[in-house]
Amino acid sequence: MEKLSFVGRSLPRKDALIKAVGTAQYAADRDFAGLLHAAAVRSPRPRIKILSISDAKARLVPGYVTLVTYKDIKGVNKWPVVMQDYPFLPEKEARFAGETVALVVADSARAAKKAAALVELKYQELPFVEDPLQALKKDAVKIHGKDNVFSSFVIKKGSVDKAFANAAFTVEGEFSTNYQVHSYLETQGAIALPEADGGMTVHSSTQCPFYVLDAVAAALALPYHKVKILQTVTGGGFGGKEDVPALVASHAALCAAKTGRPVKLIYGRKEDFQSMSKRHPGWAKVAYAADAKGNLTACRVKYVLDGGAYSTLSAIVLWRGTVHAAGPYKIANVDIQTFAAATNKVPCGAFRGFGQPQICFAQESLIDELAEKAGLDPVQFRLKNLLEPGDKTVTGQKLNSSCGLKELVQAVRKRSGWDKKVNSLSVKGDIATGIGFSAAYYGVGLGAKGRYLDRAGALVNVYKDSSVAVNVGNAEMGQGALTVLAQITAETLNAPYESVRVEEVDSSKVPDSGPTVASRTTLMSGNAIIEAATPIRERVFKTAYDILIAEGADASKPMTAAGGVFSMGGKAVDFKKAVSGCWDRRLKMSEQGWYVAPRTTFKMEDGQGDAYVIYSYSADAAEVEVDLKTGVARVKKIWAAYDVGKIVNPKLAMGQAQGGILQGMSWAMYENLVYKNGIMVNPNFTDYVIATSADKPEYDITFIEKPYAEGPYKAKGMGEVPLIGVAPAVANAIRNACGARVRSVPLLPEKIWKELKKV
Amino acid sequence: MISRNSKSFSLSCRVNGSELEREIPSSRSLLDFIREDLGLKGTKEGCGEGECGACMVLVDGLAVNSCLMMAVQLQGKELVTIEGIKGKDGGLHSLQKTFLAEGAVQCGFCTPGLIIASEALLRRKPDATLEDIKLELTGNLCRCTGYEKVLSAVEKARRK
Repeated sequence: MEKLSFVGRSLPRKDALIKAVGTAQYAADRDFAGLLHAAAVRSPRPRIKILSISDAKARLVPGYVTLVTYKDIKGVNKWPVVMQDYPFLPEKEARFAGETVALVVADSARAAKKAAALVELKYQELPFVEDPLQALKKDAVKIHGKDNVFSSFVIKKGSVDKAFANAAFTVEGEFSTNYQVHSYLETQGAIALPEADGGMTVHSSTQCPFYVLDAVAAALALPYHKVKILQTVTGGGFGGKEDVPALVASHAALCAAKTGRPVKLIYGRKEDFQSMSKRHPGWAKVAYAADAKGNLTACRVKYVLDGGAYSTLSAIVLWRGTVHAAGPYKIANVDIQTFAAATNKVPCGAFRGFGQPQICFAQESLIDELAEKAGLDPVQFRLKNLLEPGDKTVTGQKLNSSCGLKELVQAVRKRSGWDKKVNSLSVKGDIATGIGFSAAYYGVGLGAKGRYLDRAGALVNVYKDSSVAVNVGNAEMGQGALTVLAQITAETLNAPYESVRVEEVDSSKVPDSGPTVASRTTLMSGNAIIEAATPIRERVFKTAYDILIAEGADASKPMTAAGGVFSMGGKAVDFKKAVSGCWDRRLKMSEQGWYVAPRTTFKMEDGQGDAYVIYSYSADAAEVEVDLKTGVARVKKIWAAYDVGKIVNPKLAMGQAQGGILQGMSWAMYENLVYKNGIMVNPNFTDYVIATSADKPEYDITFIEKPYAEGPYKAKGMGEVPLIGVAPAVANAIRNACGARVRSVPLLPEKIWKELKKV
Repeated sequence: MISRNSKSFSLSCRVNGSELEREIPSSRSLLDFIREDLGLKGTKEGCGEGECGACMVLVDGLAVNSCLMMAVQLQGKELVTIEGIKGKDGGLHSLQKTFLAEGAVQCGFCTPGLIIASEALLRRKPDATLEDIKLELTGNLCRCTGYEKVLSAVEKARRK
């Protein structure tokens, strides 16, 4: 393998300094002359017929400017996401409590909020549906189509009934998982600035600037070249800034278009809880069959996601969940049916893992139950059945050599002391200790259902002074994209890392590069940068060579390039001088790159095909303590191992791993969003609890890098992988500690306590 | 209808080392005063309800959620925001250095509040243990890092 100068090293994070000294400008921090402020008027009830909206009282608030309703929409009143059932602003009916029905514009944020509260919304309540399983029943109130089904998928292979009939061991269980709120520390926000030519520039906190572009252009009926989206420093995303920022930005843009002035719209935390996307609550009935030796023979899954009031991303979240629903195992007979149901609650969308964590919790819990029934150690059982290079997934996709799953399992087994701990019952007083395991895989990129969006662009510009500017279409949201992509640029050009600057996304500088999701940024934008930088590299290398020859270098030795320096036969020339030489020769020092993901396929009839371009893998072990008197569980330590291909920046990768694990643990243990009669009852961090510094477990993280030939410097994707397997590892550990099998996330003390009573 | 809110107050305090006198509406929250009136945008609003710690500042050396305090309560006191957190040489503060070195900054929105809270702890308890740090920072939510690198950054700053 080639020797690398910049890739694979823990180089300093590009955006850390401005964040640590407080000068980084997030959306709320940007100011403009003549700036107005918007606030949303929201539906108070789960489903209403809108009778009238009046600003008669709101007008009395000093600083009030105007009310914006659907009547102010110049374009088609359909937010372009996947199915286009969500209006920018509702006309006759609002479908969930918290939905924006109108906006108020005023000269300060305080005045806008005050006026919004005084807008009189007259409505008639309509019958609503709250529970996704009820929504799928024949007699349910219909809020979407004839059956309340946003989307549905199947994977069918072999003879499942026969396999179950002939099985030596079978297990079946029902599992459920609750919402997860992204809890990015920066709430949603955007600022829209009208341009003199009738265009609109929007500063947006977003993962997906091109979704914002689509939406703003649609809402304002503007051609794309008159709309520019500038991504602001983004204070966390985790999927929560995938689709919905486009709605927020469109609302700001509608207000700006109506008033002709810049308008800022920054969400408060409560409205962010009530109206922005969430991880879908999931319900699943899963069954596995195995032969007498403990080889998996069949899997049957029915999986339902609670989509909320509008479809947004439900279809593709469900699809990812469907493809991964059986777990990372060799199984010949499979019957998977999945549904995303419409309910009158907040629309759910992307959240790290994207439909996988819910079903992973179910199937990995059940794999433990099956191992137990077959009398096998859960790790031994997994090792018997896990996918290896050359094996086929349940969609019939043959895995290539970039699959280190069994090595991951062995690494976690060894590091956690599994063999010793799993069978040694440990109870001290009321505290029982246990250990649990899980394994998972993750299709990197958008896969077959999102393949038309799976491309990315890059613009690499090498200035006369040898500084390098890079524009990409995927966003930094905290994960470290600016840094990792700068490392890839530096490596490709042999430019000093310090000389490379990657900018936040400007939609006018690069073509639509799809969303910043699906752990695809390193792979897609990284490859686009390599494509853009390669011709420049050739010019720089050729010029460096010529300079070295001119300076009398011994040309019998090959030229080497490392760390920003070109060397040959005892002479050396640095990047700066080589670039200067390129400019003297009038060479082209700016290039566009474009990377298109390799072909993927998925047949709707039976779910067979090469669903994803490549998979990343994880293995987790969790050690927990359970208080046998109260049912309170505490996660002491998580051992994890990942195969995400080449690690571009080990320190950043470690940060992604630790953050992902804690987010997964927090969802597994604490996070409990509650709806009552169609109203969210705990939209705040006092009543919706997320893990704090005191809850943090000890982390033990191992990377096993199985190179992906197509990846930039052999990298795959890592962002989502660390979260997926945490919940089932914790649930399995609780079972191991005290015998309680809890089939519902979060694993609250009362649920554990209830199961303890049965033990 | 805004008569009560329009009452102004003559505030006299110190901000990041300088004397400040300012007429302010008596209803102004400290957070709005910092961000809007002083234009110091390094202090962030994460929840507005004292739950997340993103808006933490030092008032007479103690870490407070500025969204829960009124600006008038600053009368005669000393305010330090992230913009006033500096090393003795005027460069980076030791906490800022260790946050960078450890990789404790990801999305960065919680970072100013975390540095403020850590500074308050280390001023009060220079020999704070890891457990002290863990407990002290429970009022500062961070959704990116899993806290590991944050805790090690504070530990390393303590030793300097």
